[in-house]
Amino acid sequence: MKVLVIGATSAIAEATARIWAGKGHHLCLIARNRERLDAIAADLSVRGAGSLATIVLDLNEMHRHEQVVEEAAEALGGIDIVLVAHGTLGEQEACERDFDLAMKEFTTNALSVFSLLTLLANRFEGQAHGTIAVISSVAGDRGRQSNYIYGSAKGAVTLYLQGLRQRLYKSGVHVVTIKPGFVDTPMTAGFEKGLLWAKPDQVARGIHSAIDKKRNVAYVPWFWQIIMLVIKAIPESIMKRLSL
Amino acid sequence: MKMSGWGRYPQIETEVVYPASFSDCSQRIRSADRVIARGLGRSYGDSSLYQNMLGSRYLDRYVAFDEESGLLTCSAGVSLDQIVSTFVPRGWFLPVTPGTRFVTIGGAIASDVHGKNHHVDGTFCDHVDRIDLLLGSGEVVTVTPDEKPDLFRATCGGMGLTGMILSASLKLRRIKSGEMEQTIIKTPDIEATLRAFEEASGASYSVAWIDCLARGKALGRSLLVLGEHAQKGSLNAKPGQGISIPCNMPSGLLNPLTVKLFNALYYNKVLHSGKKSIVSLHSFFYPLDSLQNWNRLYGRKGFVQYQFVLPKSSGLEGIKHMLERISHSGRGSFLAVLKVFGSANDNLLSFPMEGYTLALDFKVEPAVFSLLDELDRIMLDHGGRLYLTKDSRMSEETFKAGYPAWADFNEIRTRYQAIDKFVSGQSIRLGLNS
Repeated sequence: MKVLVIGATSAIAEATARIWAGKGHHLCLIARNRERLDAIAADLSVRGAGSLATIVLDLNEMHRHEQVVEEAAEALGGIDIVLVAHGTLGEQEACERDFDLAMKEFTTNALSVFSLLTLLANRFEGQAHGTIAVISSVAGDRGRQSNYIYGSAKGAVTLYLQGLRQRLYKSGVHVVTIKPGFVDTPMTAGFEKGLLWAKPDQVARGIHSAIDKKRNVAYVPWFWQIIMLVIKAIPESIMKRLSL
Repeated sequence: MKMSGWGRYPQIETEVVYPASFSDCSQRIRSADRVIARGLGRSYGDSSLYQNMLGSRYLDRYVAFDEESGLLTCSAGVSLDQIVSTFVPRGWFLPVTPGTRFVTIGGAIASDVHGKNHHVDGTFCDHVDRIDLLLGSGEVVTVTPDEKPDLFRATCGGMGLTGMILSASLKLRRIKSGEMEQTIIKTPDIEATLRAFEEASGASYSVAWIDCLARGKALGRSLLVLGEHAQKGSLNAKPGQGISIPCNMPSGLLNPLTVKLFNALYYNKVLHSGKKSIVSLHSFFYPLDSLQNWNRLYGRKGFVQYQFVLPKSSGLEGIKHMLERISHSGRGSFLAVLKVFGSANDNLLSFPMEGYTLALDFKVEPAVFSLLDELDRIMLDHGGRLYLTKDSRMSEETFKAGYPAWADFNEIRTRYQAIDKFVSGQSIRLGLNS
């Protein structure tokens, strides 16, 4: 398999790529930080990746997306699976004070994803096979005061993917929406961890099986589906009074 | 957050940070006051415990592997478990492994761990070619047996007190099979056990489970387990699912009666001496790893592990003396393990020396500490020492008597700006830090 991993230095993407590397798949990794990208690429090579290419890109540079997707497809000799995993967990309070920050968060977490998906969807539609897996979040299932900037961006991604799934189904291209819950990664280093927190390799196994089994929406770990079912069912009149 | 080592004693209030990259480590070391690195927390006592700890969880990447020579370079947080699952299917195994695969490369080097093949292959660090070490200044240096050899010999077995190990290169061993040919020899007493070890000195791996509650004529009766890598068989053996101890067990579960019963059953389970069988690599090297969180068996207060080595010159008398005192106390443990070591290496604080080593667990209860103090005195009289990785309670005097190179060790720490930077509960207790 030829796999493109976008946002490859995210802990979830790295853990998922390790599974692909162990199976000898061909990988192309895209991320912003050269030092970390090189370290991950070396690791995946030792783990057995069939071939390995890397591209350094700040994903907010959307004018470069077209060229970079071309470059990746060329390096891999085609793309069978793409995992879109980049994102930032901005500070909600700072975003409330400063719209420029909020816009940047939204750009990273939603618009840059749409830009990539536009290019990838057209390519996959043309080749009429493949899987597009995108990491959204349980935070996109319902707006909450503590993270509604991040949440609304992820919510937008979730809706976008619903539409894209319908559109690409006809061409035999599968779209998977991944919704991780709390994941213990460097991105969430500042949080108190409790029982609900999962490790990246646990989430990676979930992503892997969602792709293999052609799931449409995968909550990882699975119990988040139940938690979010409950949270979504709370009426707004009550929700607005909660500190949740 | 309250944390402890594997023995769950002592517990202290700590803050752990998990750096995501080497440069992040460097920055944190520069700005930190005093700190100690921590891997998977499998040392038993306070070796990796301090108010400020740097966890190596995210430093878990391979760097390079040479398919010809088997030289593997990886970051310090890579676990032996990872290495086993990546490389055994390709026909490579660890040159030396302790009884658990849930330790990191950094931890294995800092403890200079040993395995069942010490009499043939030495310690873990005897197979390490190179270490990248982050000094107290924030600078990263490469140390090898030839480059800064003083720092290399202090870092191997140095309990993380010379700097933070960032990455290392070690030579893996070629294997043809994921299976082991195992032979179990049943011995009726300690003399026979030591003789059996002697006769089996050609075996690649050897270790004895010893019934430390047996007394009188049966003192030191054992099951000596020998192993060789099989020449054929699948390389893809996976560890079994295993079971997990879900919570702390009532500490009364392990009392002299149940332990005695367990030991007697275990010894008598093997009917014929010389029994041969083929077992998986996992069950041969890592039997306890299939019992996750087995440390909870000892209850909320935890346990201490006591592992000592006596020089060969102290002979049968020394080991008999220790065993008599232990069996007399009635506080023996589930699994007491005896092993004959080969010669010592040059590392300043490495534990193994040519002689006999015995490891046992004791549930934490007030009477245990005075018993252990008494055992320390007998052990020192015979010229022995205790394994720092297992230790949570020995005195400064006991440590300094067993490890006369401690002063050289501290001199090297001073030379490389480590002494006021890398500090653990243990280094303070043992007088390596004030």
